[in-house]
Amino acid sequence: MTDVGENGKREITYLEAVREAMVQEMRRDPEVFLMGEDVGVYGGAFGVSRGLLEEFGPERVRETPISEAAIAGAATGAALMGMRPIAEIMFMDFITISMNQLVNQAAKIRFMFGGKASIPMVVRAPAGSGTGAAAQHCQSLEALFMNVPGIKVVAPSTPYDVKGLLITSIRDNNPVIFMEHKLLYRAKGPVPEDIYSIPLGKAEVKRAGRDLTVVAYSIMVPRALEAAEQLAVEGIELEVVDPRSLKPLDEETIVRSVCKTGRVLIVHESPVTGGVGGEIAAVIADSEAFDYLDAPIRRLAGLNVPIPYNRTLERAAVPQVEDIVTAARALAQEGR
Amino acid sequence: MFQSRNEEDDVVVVADVGVKAGSSLAVAGSGRLLDELPREKLAWMLQKMCEIRYFEEKAEDLYVRGLVHGTMHLSIGQEASAVGGASALQPDDFVIHHHRGHGHTIAKGADITLMMAEFLGKEPGYCRGRGGSMHIADIPGGNLGATGVVGSGIPTAVGIALALQMRRSEQVLVCFFGDGASNLGEFHESLNMASIWKLPVVFVCENNQYGMSMSVRRSTNIEHISTRAVSYGIPGETVDGNDVLAVHQVVKAAAEYARSGAGPSLIENVTYRWRGHSKSDRNLYRTPEEIESWKERCPILRFKQVLVDGGVMDAGEAEAIDREARATVDRAAEEALTFAEPSPENIEDEVYAP
Repeated sequence: MTDVGENGKREITYLEAVREAMVQEMRRDPEVFLMGEDVGVYGGAFGVSRGLLEEFGPERVRETPISEAAIAGAATGAALMGMRPIAEIMFMDFITISMNQLVNQAAKIRFMFGGKASIPMVVRAPAGSGTGAAAQHCQSLEALFMNVPGIKVVAPSTPYDVKGLLITSIRDNNPVIFMEHKLLYRAKGPVPEDIYSIPLGKAEVKRAGRDLTVVAYSIMVPRALEAAEQLAVEGIELEVVDPRSLKPLDEETIVRSVCKTGRVLIVHESPVTGGVGGEIAAVIADSEAFDYLDAPIRRLAGLNVPIPYNRTLERAAVPQVEDIVTAARALAQEGR
Repeated sequence: MFQSRNEEDDVVVVADVGVKAGSSLAVAGSGRLLDELPREKLAWMLQKMCEIRYFEEKAEDLYVRGLVHGTMHLSIGQEASAVGGASALQPDDFVIHHHRGHGHTIAKGADITLMMAEFLGKEPGYCRGRGGSMHIADIPGGNLGATGVVGSGIPTAVGIALALQMRRSEQVLVCFFGDGASNLGEFHESLNMASIWKLPVVFVCENNQYGMSMSVRRSTNIEHISTRAVSYGIPGETVDGNDVLAVHQVVKAAAEYARSGAGPSLIENVTYRWRGHSKSDRNLYRTPEEIESWKERCPILRFKQVLVDGGVMDAGEAEAIDREARATVDRAAEEALTFAEPSPENIEDEVYAP
């Protein structure tokens, strides 16, 4: 499965990187285990955990009934006892069934017990549209969790990031919602075989550019990078900032980039209203970057509609490369 | 030991659960247990029941005097359920419980001064004033906390028990919840999951007859909540929740069943809360006669009588325990009232663990 890229580095897919992070952490720490629906012999709905059952057995690769509330509760309770569960929720949409345990228990226990307990758990949630699975299997619900103190939210965009961030999330002593975009599972990129971690709350500038900052995460990072390639031909240089984790959010890197470019387009798949983009826009507006802005802060996000089934409608519901190109081009000219 | 009642033909079904048989003992076993339990243990049980009663009365008194910020859910009348359950455990076993949780906390051995401090929102309280009445936890004492959302401790209990099982621990967990919680989807998911994995947890439903104002007669279509155990293939038993020895005996059997690796069980303690659901309750959904009829079944008076009749102690000794419990609670409240308030300066410190 592994390839060697042009630069001689090993390349694997995003999906394989998720699996490798779990395997390496489970080998390293006996308190780490995976639980979820069909994660055993089936390998999970997307095949992420394929092979884990053979290596770690049914106790640590624990198949559950269709019981998202109990899955989240079992993870919360095990974490309260000091274990490090990874709960896979088959589709992020189904995390709504887990919400009571995640929002009222996992997120609150440490605080309401006066800091005398912690909940080191990860909820892996395949998210996003583009698969034709329609309104109940395509959501990106990160904004819901952004508003819950006690929870961290991670949304990686590359194979390299997903491995390092998952390892960090497993080692983190708090509940982490770990969004994996389904369309990214097949994306390939260089990933070291060694264990490494990427700190949460540290953005990465995925492409440097002088004219306009694009803040994008998850699937919108490769789309923004492709848009940047197209606009570079026109002489417009985008700087693509990937926060990688939304909570904690690396405000400093975003603000620094906007100070440099004076223009910012925030791009995400989830619906625009009440979304992450609004929060990032507010962070920028509240910062020293405000004085550097040459144009209004712009958002390009999902429409306020459920994800439709029809391919054309589905594409229209969330930002595509051409939408980013159009929006960025307009913003680059705005006020000049 | 574990039985369920089939309503239609009134046949008592005794499940083969590998523990000592004797289905009637659980309900009317007081006399026999008196011989089995040491006097110190019985005296301790009475002491804890009295401490719970006086803690609740003190809480109410402090509230009336305007010294309490939030609401509270008092467990007066339910003392036997908490003490019978907790006393059936080993010291290093665990409990997780619910918003009406002062009793479980005291029964699990919490420091009453630190509890009172938490109730009053003070920094030295168990949760440093962040949790309050509905979230008291004493982690080192094996009290994994009260949860304020009805039923929310049940799925969490599955995880606690899962950790115990995966670590090959000998410890078990008792998960207390109310009749109202048994109608939640989380209840079903959790008991099913715990049963398929044979987790070391005892689910104790404290059926106090009402979920706020909703009578269990209107909220469920079964006579005994414990019969729901049948759906999960686990033992279920209904017990007189105002008989502390009966509760002790059934929970003890269930705890040892869990400890042996046989899995969870569902106990229903039939009891009654004397006070309203919370401070907003005007008791419009039940009659004074009904409340009085349950007060006649006061678990503390009953236990005192059993102890005296059984020759464990004389009435004077029982009253001495009672007086000391009241004094303990009074001292705790006096001291806790002098404690410092938390400071908003570090309000965000405990949101995330380092």
